[in-house]
Amino acid sequence: MKILVCISHVPDTTSKINFSEGDTKFDTNGVQFVINPNDEFGLTRAMWFKEKQGAHVTVVNVGSTETEPTLRKALAIGADAAIRVNTAASDGFSVAKQLANVVKDGAYDLVIAGRESIDYNGGMVPGMIAGLTNANFVNNCIGLEVDGTSAQVVREIDGGKETVSTALPLVIGGQKGLVEESDLRIPNMRGIMMARQKPLTVVDPIDANAETTSVKFEKPAPKGAVKLVSADNLDELVNLLHNEAKVI
Amino acid sequence: MSVLVYTESEQGTFKKAALEVASYAKAVANQLGTTVTAVTINVDGASELGNYGVDKVLNVSNPQLQSFNANSYAEAIKQAAEKEAAKVVIVSSSADSKYLAPLLAVGLNAGYASNVIEAPTSTSPFTVKRTAFTNKAFEISQINTDVKIIGVSNNSFGLVENSGNASSEDFSPSISDSGIKVESIDKATDKVTIADADIVVSAGRGLKGPENWGMVEELADVLGAATACSKPVSDLGWRPHSEHVGQTGKPVASNLYIAIGISGAIQHLAGINASKVKVVINTDAEAPFFKAADYGVVGDAFEVVPQLIEKLKAFKAQQ
Ligand SMILES: Cc1cc2nc3c(=O)[nH]c(=O)nc-3n(C[C@H](O)[C@H](O)[C@H](O)COP(=O)(O)OP(=O)(O)OC[C@H]3O[C@@H](n4cnc5c(N)ncnc54)[C@H](O)[C@@H]3O)c2cc1C
Repeated sequence: MKILVCISHVPDTTSKINFSEGDTKFDTNGVQFVINPNDEFGLTRAMWFKEKQGAHVTVVNVGSTETEPTLRKALAIGADAAIRVNTAASDGFSVAKQLANVVKDGAYDLVIAGRESIDYNGGMVPGMIAGLTNANFVNNCIGLEVDGTSAQVVREIDGGKETVSTALPLVIGGQKGLVEESDLRIPNMRGIMMARQKPLTVVDPIDANAETTSVKFEKPAPKGAVKLVSADNLDELVNLLHNEAKVI
Repeated sequence: MSVLVYTESEQGTFKKAALEVASYAKAVANQLGTTVTAVTINVDGASELGNYGVDKVLNVSNPQLQSFNANSYAEAIKQAAEKEAAKVVIVSSSADSKYLAPLLAVGLNAGYASNVIEAPTSTSPFTVKRTAFTNKAFEISQINTDVKIIGVSNNSFGLVENSGNASSEDFSPSISDSGIKVESIDKATDKVTIADADIVVSAGRGLKGPENWGMVEELADVLGAATACSKPVSDLGWRPHSEHVGQTGKPVASNLYIAIGISGAIQHLAGINASKVKVVINTDAEAPFFKAADYGVVGDAFEVVPQLIEKLKAFKAQQ
C-alpha cells in the first residue's frame, strides 16, 4: 500500500498570534512551527500500517524552504520519503490542487490529511483532494482499517459516531481518535540520524491560482474584566444571566 | 441568478442552523439585489423557510439521500446551483456541511470560505470575515471565483425573520453511487449536541472523576444544554471523545458556555472563544479561564453546582 500523508506546517498550539505589515501577514517572529496536530494523528496511523501491514509512507507539504524542518521531523518519526511542492501555500483550494497533482503522479492508494489545519482552519484540503482525484472521501475520521483494497472507517458525527465501509483509493480527513495520544511519537536520535539519509524531493508547483485571498487580519477586541459573583449569592448569577446577558 | 442555500434537516425537521443560513442568504440576496432559493433534502418546508426570507424551495426527495452522504448531497446541491445559475451558495458549519462543502467547491469550481461570521463586507470584490487561528483572530478573505461558497458559523448571524411566501418545486437531481456504505451509527438521539446547542455545560479535570458527572448532566438538563469536557477528561476516558472541546476537539459557538473545573489553557480557550457569554466556576481565583470569562464564581464545584441547579430550577419554575 502506498500512503501519502499531507503535513501542514503550523504555529504550535501555544503560539501568540500576531500580524505584521499593516495586519496583512501572519507574524512568524518567535513562533515555533510544528506538524499540524490533526496530521500528526494521521502520520502515526500511517506508521502503524507500515509496521503492521507493510506500507510505503510519503509525507508531503506545499510550502517554501522554511517548512523542511517539519518534513524532516515527519521523516524522523518514520516516514520513508518526503515531497515539498515548492511554492508558498496560499489558500486551501490551490494547496489542494498541488496535492492532488502529487497524488495523481504517485498513484497513492491512501491519502491521509488532517480534518483542518489549526492556522487558517479552512477544513477544505482533504475533501478537495478527493474531489480532484475522484477518490472516496471520509471526513472527521477517528478510526481506520484497511484490508486489501477495502477500508472500514469510523467517523465522528454530531453527537456520536458512524462506521462506514468504502474502497481504495481513499482520502481521509483525520483527527484526534485516529490513534491514541499516547501512541504519538517523538523523534529519537536514531530517527533523526536516519531522516538525514531519506529522500526529500522538491517538486515544482503546477499553475493554480488562489481562489481566495487574505486581505487583512484582525484580533478580537480586548475583553472586559470578569464579573465575579460570590459562591453564596448564586441568585445574582441567575439574575445576571437572565437580565444582563440575556442568555437564559 | 439567485443565492442558493442548503437547509439541513434531521428526520423531517429543519435544524436551527438551517434557519440561520436562510437568514444569512436573505442578507446576501439583499446586497446583490436578487432572491433566495433553498434546497431541501427529504423535508417539505416552504412555509417555514419563507419566514426566514426564502423565495423558492427546491424539494429533493430521494431515498438514496435518506441518510447523510457527502458525495451525493454535494451532487444534489451542485445540480440545484447550476439549475438556478447561483453565484453564491451558502451552507452551515455543521460537521455534515463542512464535509460536503469542499466536494461541492470542486464540483462548482468555486472558492469556499468556511467559518464566516458576518454578512459580506463587500460583494465586489466579494469579501467576508471569518475566524482563523482557532478563534484567536479573524481573517478578512476575498473570494475570487465566479461562483462562491460560504460556510456560516453557527450562532454567528442569528435568526432573522423576513416574512414572505416561498414557492415550492420538486427537484430530482441525478445521483450516482456514493462509494461509501454506512454500516452502523452510534448516536445518543435524545441529547442536545454541542454543535446545535445554545448552551453548553462543560467540565474539566477539576471534577476528579467520571462518577461526579451526574451534577453536570443535571445542570445541562435544567438549561436544555449540551454537555462537553476538556481534553484530559476525554483522554482519561471519563467522557466520550465527541464531547472534547478545544483546538484539537470540537469548536463551540454557543450563546452561553459554562466551564466547571477547567483551568482555561490556551488550547481549550481556542475552541470556545466564539461563544458569546462565558461563565467559569473554579476553586482557583488565578485560573487563566477567569481572564476569558464574563462571569465567574470562585468556589468549589461540588458546592456551587448543586446550589446553582436549585436556583435555576426555581428560576425556570417562575418563567
Ligand atoms: C497540542 C495540544 C493540544 C491540546 N488541545 C486541547 C483541546 O483541544 N482542548 C483542551 O481542553 N485541552 C487541550 N490541550 C490540553 C490543555 O493544554 C490543558 O492541559 C487542558 O485544557 C486542561 O484541562 P482541565 O482544565 O480540565 O484540567 P486541569 O488543567 O487539571 O485543570 C483543572 C482545573 O480545575 C480546577 N478545580 C479543581 N478542583 C476543583 C473543584 N472542586 N471545583 C472547581 N474547580 C476545581 C483547578 O483549579 C483547575 O483550574 C491541548 C494540549 C496540547 C499540548
